Amino acid sequence: MDAVKMGTIYGINGPVIYLKGNTGFRMAEMVYVGTEKLVGEVIALDKDITTIQVYEETSGLRPGEEVIATGSAISVTLAPGILNNIFDGIERPLESIANSAGAFISRGINVDSLDCSKKWETTITVKEGDFLHGGDIIAEIPETPAIIHKVMVPPHLEGTVRKIAMDGAYTIKETLITLELVNGEEKELSMTQHWPIRVPRPTAQRMSASIPLITGQRILDTMFPIAKGGTAAVPGGFGTGKTMTQHQIAKWSDADIIIYIGCGERGNEMTQVLEEFGELVDPKSGHPLMVRTTLIANTSNMPVAAREASIYTGITLAEYYRDMGYHVAIMADSTSRWAEALRELSGRLEEMPAEEGFPAYLASRLSGFYERAGMMHNLNGTDGSVSIIGAVSPQGGDFSEPVTENTKRFVRCFWGLDKSLAYSRHFPAIHWLTSYSEYLTDLAPWYTDHVSPKFIDYRNRLMALLNQESSLMEIVKLIGSDVLPDDQKLILEITRVIRLGFLQQNAFHQDDTCVSMEKQFLMMDTILYLFKKCRALVTMGHPMSVMKNEAIFEKIIAIKYDVPNDRPDMFARYKMDIDSFYQQVLEKNA
Amino acid sequence: MSIEYLGLSSIHGPLIAIEGIQDAFFDEIVEFVVNRTERKLGRIVEIYEDRAVIQVFEGSENMSLQNTHTRLTGHPMEINLSTEMLGRTFNGIGKPMDGLGAIVSNVKKDVNGLPLNPVKREYPRNYIRTGISAIDGLTTLIRGQKLPIFSGNGLPHDRLAAQIVRQASLGDESGDEFAIVFGAMGVSHDVADFFRRTFEESGVADHVTMFLNLANDPVVERLITPKVALTTAEYLAFEENMHILVILTDMTSFAEAMREVSSSKGEIPSRKGFPGYLYSELATIYERAGIVEGINGSVTQLPILTMPGDDITHPIPDLTGYITEGQIVLDRPLNGQSIYPPINILPSLSRLMKDGIGEGYTREDHQDLANQLFSAYAKVGEARNLASVIGEDELSPIDKKYLAFGKAFEDRYIKQGQDENRSIFETLNLGWKLLGQLPKEELDRVDTKLLEKYYNVTENTDAE
Repeated sequence: MDAVKMGTIYGINGPVIYLKGNTGFRMAEMVYVGTEKLVGEVIALDKDITTIQVYEETSGLRPGEEVIATGSAISVTLAPGILNNIFDGIERPLESIANSAGAFISRGINVDSLDCSKKWETTITVKEGDFLHGGDIIAEIPETPAIIHKVMVPPHLEGTVRKIAMDGAYTIKETLITLELVNGEEKELSMTQHWPIRVPRPTAQRMSASIPLITGQRILDTMFPIAKGGTAAVPGGFGTGKTMTQHQIAKWSDADIIIYIGCGERGNEMTQVLEEFGELVDPKSGHPLMVRTTLIANTSNMPVAAREASIYTGITLAEYYRDMGYHVAIMADSTSRWAEALRELSGRLEEMPAEEGFPAYLASRLSGFYERAGMMHNLNGTDGSVSIIGAVSPQGGDFSEPVTENTKRFVRCFWGLDKSLAYSRHFPAIHWLTSYSEYLTDLAPWYTDHVSPKFIDYRNRLMALLNQESSLMEIVKLIGSDVLPDDQKLILEITRVIRLGFLQQNAFHQDDTCVSMEKQFLMMDTILYLFKKCRALVTMGHPMSVMKNEAIFEKIIAIKYDVPNDRPDMFARYKMDIDSFYQQVLEKNA
Repeated sequence: MSIEYLGLSSIHGPLIAIEGIQDAFFDEIVEFVVNRTERKLGRIVEIYEDRAVIQVFEGSENMSLQNTHTRLTGHPMEINLSTEMLGRTFNGIGKPMDGLGAIVSNVKKDVNGLPLNPVKREYPRNYIRTGISAIDGLTTLIRGQKLPIFSGNGLPHDRLAAQIVRQASLGDESGDEFAIVFGAMGVSHDVADFFRRTFEESGVADHVTMFLNLANDPVVERLITPKVALTTAEYLAFEENMHILVILTDMTSFAEAMREVSSSKGEIPSRKGFPGYLYSELATIYERAGIVEGINGSVTQLPILTMPGDDITHPIPDLTGYITEGQIVLDRPLNGQSIYPPINILPSLSRLMKDGIGEGYTREDHQDLANQLFSAYAKVGEARNLASVIGEDELSPIDKKYLAFGKAFEDRYIKQGQDENRSIFETLNLGWKLLGQLPKEELDRVDTKLLEKYYNVTENTDAE
């Protein structure tokens, strides 16, 4: 052990403080600042000045106070107890903070990241004499009713098991096994690991994306799917439904674990997630959604430096669960606040700004973050994934600003939220013409095998119709829709059905909030069948005005409310309805 | 603590630097005595060993490098708090200006406040009836919400805020105490006077605490005014269990004051010259609204901001919209047609609305009805665009119906008298009545059952 390194404060400017002299601190090292022991991180070193960003409010600090180095980088504690919990940006549990400081978050609170006194029911899965590598699973613990926590050998360690504990209840600090390392040293392993937040956890191999993350949202699953291990950006001005989209995915997606990062967002929103996820029952496991969820809340009025760290804290927790073989989805709401935190700190450091005041390293930080997603073959042979869904809050709702532009370069899914859709309360307001998903071709085999061989074809036909509609609308805007020929009027009518009946989805409706892939496919099938029949009538010379009088269009639009997810058999009746509509029009106009 | 330092080392606008200072801390309040007579307050904004940069609240006029004595107070910006503050008027940094003497209290609080722990927040669910259809029906205000009014110069935002104060405060029957904290940043005397008169006329003046930083008051003071106001509000709400409505006007002056000070500090600007921490600074103000678990009081914020050049993408309204829980947007063309309140409902939004309305709160059909009105009114816009190109006569029958609906909606639903206080049922029934002008098939946002129940039902029997 080195002697404890110390320095004294020389200058203070908001969240940035300066120490005089060569302190011997290391880059990215965690430090305790001042008598209140505020948490900070070393961000720059010069021969005569050390620069530190402080994760707590700095008012009250004096020049001359001491800064103590901890010897390790800013890191998170990894052990059971992470799930069903809410942390601040540097993994301090907000419940414990509330218990020790009351309703308002004061400074210099020293609480353990995870409960060290709770005993967890542990089953050891290795035996004496086993040779273990980094990442190997040594014990299993039911962390919540839905998730088995797998205790692993920290990466970069390997050795032979010399002693094991009996199965039973242990705290996260107690020794479970003793490992004799290759160099002969003995190493005691407990459930706890520490990992620096800015370093990706190692894996054996990156795999290609081939399984979709099913979200139950039609515009996502059918139109612009994201793969497990994929990355997506959800940009949109305020009020367009970024947070709502994130909430819907967090609630209904088929990921095993959700890490929800509220980065610089509203306090009430975090409270809402906390309340709602505690009550809502996950249809797959039958337990409340919170048992598979971790919330990281750094609301907009909490210190800005911790906002910058919260994104990394979240992804490190996600990687840890991925290493156990789980599929983890991260909701980062919003990455723009994180980028602005970078800008704010960069401004305080008087760095040369690039575009719109953002630092020049914005792009590399963004890419570094999104590249930590992926479908991975883990060190212990399991497969797991981290998918990142990042909300972007573009300034002025303008997608050409630096954060959106740079994010677009590193994500493969782009779900562009549209103001005019939101204004007319078309939700989700994801615009089908500006959005894209590069995963579509990668995922096509999965859809063919698991849903229907026709799935991708149908999806493409809907998209083609929507594109035709948009060019027709250009004409309609100029001359009105009355003068269009009937085949074009039909396209307008059928795309209305697609927009209202398929793309629009009601998050507050019991049956519509999450829709199975089977129902999504059958809905497309029914709409396209209606289109086929109508087109036949139009070719025979029946005018659209006659067809529009029939209730069939409204009936198809209402499928989303009228057919529950577990009644795919009801679709046969709709086809019969379409057939009888077809006959009726024929007879009436014979 | 009583060491006094004579002299300063530099003065630049509201910022002064002083050297040789000892034991000062970041964010500390210092007191100046200029020429042995005039007292001023300042705040340490940067500190390097024995050199401190201090922001002077009352402006640095009269100060010279020699004539100023500086004393460290040993505490950050604090104010005395007590229920005696109701009915009183203070200046922008909390000094009484009504001649009634200082507030004596042993409760003192740091005006910077502390972030409210999300696990201790209670999610706001109780709606506040304002009696204004466009707000109650479409952008419902919830107790504990922060809902700004985005306005422009010359639009009647002050009258709207005053009407909300009159009707919301008097409409409360639960017996809980209700009070208003009014913070003015850089507004003209007339505006301050208008609010004072409104409070007096509606009989709530003894339940109002006013903090006034007027347009000719020092700019730096403005940076503290909302914080002082909110500290008072938090005290009244969370320690005295009152429901507080905070009106802050005009947030644009606050943000511009920040820009002014930032540029005199020589900081690196980001958008339109505003400092990079504009978002964080605005957030520390707006986030101080809400309800604390287990406490009966609440802080509801109604900030007013004038959008420079009516531009909603300007950094101030833009960042505000990302922090607040919705916005009420006023519109110049509507105002031009003498429609009061000129609320443009399409960009307006209340994020907390969905959980505070519906069965048990207002009425089961409220959410669907609101969605339908939004959607129909959006179509009115499309029909109007089309009419301006091809002429009204050429429109299809359905588009003509939308035009008629749009006109009726603006004249009867949005427009109302400045003293007209509509009940929630009046508002909802009026909505249905107007939708009755459109064919039933067009109403695609309403649940089929609700549509049957409410569409063109001549008289609704719901009692109030």
